[in-house]
Amino acid sequence: MDVVLLSRLQFGLTTIYHFFFVPLTIGLTLMVAIMETMYVRKKDASYQRMAKFWGKLLLINFAMGVVTGIVQEFQFGMNWSSYSRFVGDIFGAPLAIEALFAFFLESTFLGIWIFGWDKLKPALHAACMWIVAIASSVSAFWILLANSFMQNPVGYVMNNGRAEMESFLALLTNEHLLHQYPHVITGAWATAGFFVLGISAINLLGGKQKDLFRKSMKFAAVFALVGSLLVAMVGHAQGQHLVEEQPMKMAAAEALWHTEDPAGFAVIAAIDEENGENTFEFVIPKMLSFMVYNSFEGEVKGIHDIQADMTAKYGEGDYIPPVTVCFWSFRAMVGAGGLMIVLALAALVLTRKENGIQNGLLLKAMGLGIALPYIANSAGWILAEMGRQPWIVYGLQTVYEGVSASVSGTEVLISLIGFAAVYTVLAVVDVYLLAKFGVKDVAISDEAAVKEV
Amino acid sequence: MELNVLWFILIGVLFAGFFILEGFDYGVGIMLPFVSKTDEERRVVLNTIGPFWDGNEVWLLTAGGAIFAAFPNWYATLFSGFYLALFLILLALIVRGVAIDFRSKVENATWRKTWDALFFVGSLLPALLFGVAVSNFLTGVPIDANMEFVGNLFTLITPFTLLGGIVFVLVFAFHGCLFLSLKSGVKEINERVKAYSVKIGAVMLAVVVAWVIYGALITGILHSVIAIIATVIAAICLIAAVVLQYKGKSGIAFVASIIAILAVTAMVFATMFPNVLISTLNPLWSLTIHNACSSPYTLKIMTIVAVTLVPVVLLYQGWSFWMFRQRVTKNDLHY
Repeated sequence: MDVVLLSRLQFGLTTIYHFFFVPLTIGLTLMVAIMETMYVRKKDASYQRMAKFWGKLLLINFAMGVVTGIVQEFQFGMNWSSYSRFVGDIFGAPLAIEALFAFFLESTFLGIWIFGWDKLKPALHAACMWIVAIASSVSAFWILLANSFMQNPVGYVMNNGRAEMESFLALLTNEHLLHQYPHVITGAWATAGFFVLGISAINLLGGKQKDLFRKSMKFAAVFALVGSLLVAMVGHAQGQHLVEEQPMKMAAAEALWHTEDPAGFAVIAAIDEENGENTFEFVIPKMLSFMVYNSFEGEVKGIHDIQADMTAKYGEGDYIPPVTVCFWSFRAMVGAGGLMIVLALAALVLTRKENGIQNGLLLKAMGLGIALPYIANSAGWILAEMGRQPWIVYGLQTVYEGVSASVSGTEVLISLIGFAAVYTVLAVVDVYLLAKFGVKDVAISDEAAVKEV
Repeated sequence: MELNVLWFILIGVLFAGFFILEGFDYGVGIMLPFVSKTDEERRVVLNTIGPFWDGNEVWLLTAGGAIFAAFPNWYATLFSGFYLALFLILLALIVRGVAIDFRSKVENATWRKTWDALFFVGSLLPALLFGVAVSNFLTGVPIDANMEFVGNLFTLITPFTLLGGIVFVLVFAFHGCLFLSLKSGVKEINERVKAYSVKIGAVMLAVVVAWVIYGALITGILHSVIAIIATVIAAICLIAAVVLQYKGKSGIAFVASIIAILAVTAMVFATMFPNVLISTLNPLWSLTIHNACSSPYTLKIMTIVAVTLVPVVLLYQGWSFWMFRQRVTKNDLHY
């Protein structure tokens, strides 16, 4: 079996899976911290109930994030050891800093939060969740700094056959990072917003705890809307930036084979990667130029021309990423994102009403809406990582050069099957527990629930 | 001191921290089926490490990250070379983490028994494999001229390294017993722990002696003065810990056990120095603190970060241990 393909499959599997849990942790820690702070400031016990209820779901999600995160730290060396040698001088630092700076804070203070309800003063207890929330966001910064170097290497010199760090500041201010980080964080807020909206909607449909879930919904609607709007705005700027930074990725995302001026936007396309063309497409004229330049004119480079440019620059080779995957993952991300804005807007307007949302159809839509950010998050990462193929570090090293020399295909196959099996079982367990604590075991009336607390 | 030497020591410290802290976590997991009989007792045992285990595990992640940052070639060769062993450790740690978190969330005997069994295996297996790995640090592994490991999983498993695995299991189990003696507030559990700990302690002493003598014959322990001193300290502390525990002085016994684990880690690192991964094929092919390390600039940045953050981490982790210093009873169960 092909080691590179298997290693890529495994990395894709473990990373996408890990990223099911990360955004919810980032967003929900912040939401729970705010809920608990409201409780401390307003002395309103219903906010404490909210913090406890959503905190319980947060803990289940957090555990999954922690255990799948360990793999992330180790797999660069395990499967991509040549890559690790090549960029370790730069790439290792943010990983170590992430552990020292963020993981210790998250794990220690979450432990204190879980066990400290009766031991700490309310304000101090709430502060623990704030620390966890901030640490989660800081954690994302460091790992995205590392990823940004793969996407857009800066601040390095080639020395001793490897990339060595020349400027830590340049890494911190990598333009890729400055776009990517807010995109991921606001996406995380939206994820948590829709999670709370959705679970609340399902419980309201079942007629459960109107007080708790209406309040939660009202709060989550703001989160969901702010998150969805910001993630779209930041994402738009990021896309414009990527046209300059990684033109091939964006050309692939639009299945734009030939340079056009002005360029049209293909809403859908039947892509023939073999022959490098679209056999069918539905195009809005000039739209792509507008998306890129905010003006209905302007040249957008096509895949074939960029391939020629890259061949001239890096030598013979196939520099075209999987166009079909890039094209459709981009549409999945943007499509899900658009629906999120509409749904969040509806939620915000309707939750302002006296009795909250009564419309069953809308509540059901919100229940299903939980899936939207997950689709957008996964599709976004698939585009980001597949779109940079064949590079593992853009312009410096390909995935073929980065793979471990001492690991066999059989070994990777064993681990791939092992991870896939365990992750599948855990997914079932996770969903079961979330359903149990989020819906099934939820007491019918607010009064009964108050007694439980 | 040159920065690569400093980082060699710092990584040693991180490993020591990991072995000391996760050591008792693993020990508690290994002892779980033996010292607790009822569901409530099991929960007490698990809750003794409740607020701490996740933070303790971060020591491993930090050690891994530090190796990557300071010695990329060490990270690359070690992690790809020990591929399947690491894969097993990862699976064990995944299962272990969710086991402690999920087991009490459902009131079903089969559910809980399954997670308890997984928690036991998830604690035993990493302890064993870390012992095997550390023993391989002492003996060296086949590394070629290109810094690549040229063996497989079975290259790593020899009588000596297996013995090292058993040493780690026993030391952690004993260490976990001492922790339980200090943290459990349930009489029945404490009595069982006491009885087991003395027996395990005795066996542990015998196996450790065998491992060290074996190691002295086939590895470079005797070539380093620091390693010899560390070995002596470890031996004295382990004996003292067993005797003290027998006399019911678990507190001082635990301190002795901590020093012993620190000393064993020091012994391993002192024996390796200045190598970070010894090649059994050709001494010239060994990875050292010189040919495996990062650039001076990266080491400088990382030193500033570590010197600033490590004391802060110790401070708040210490605070957490202080806050939850009381014994765990059947009334304060969260897991």
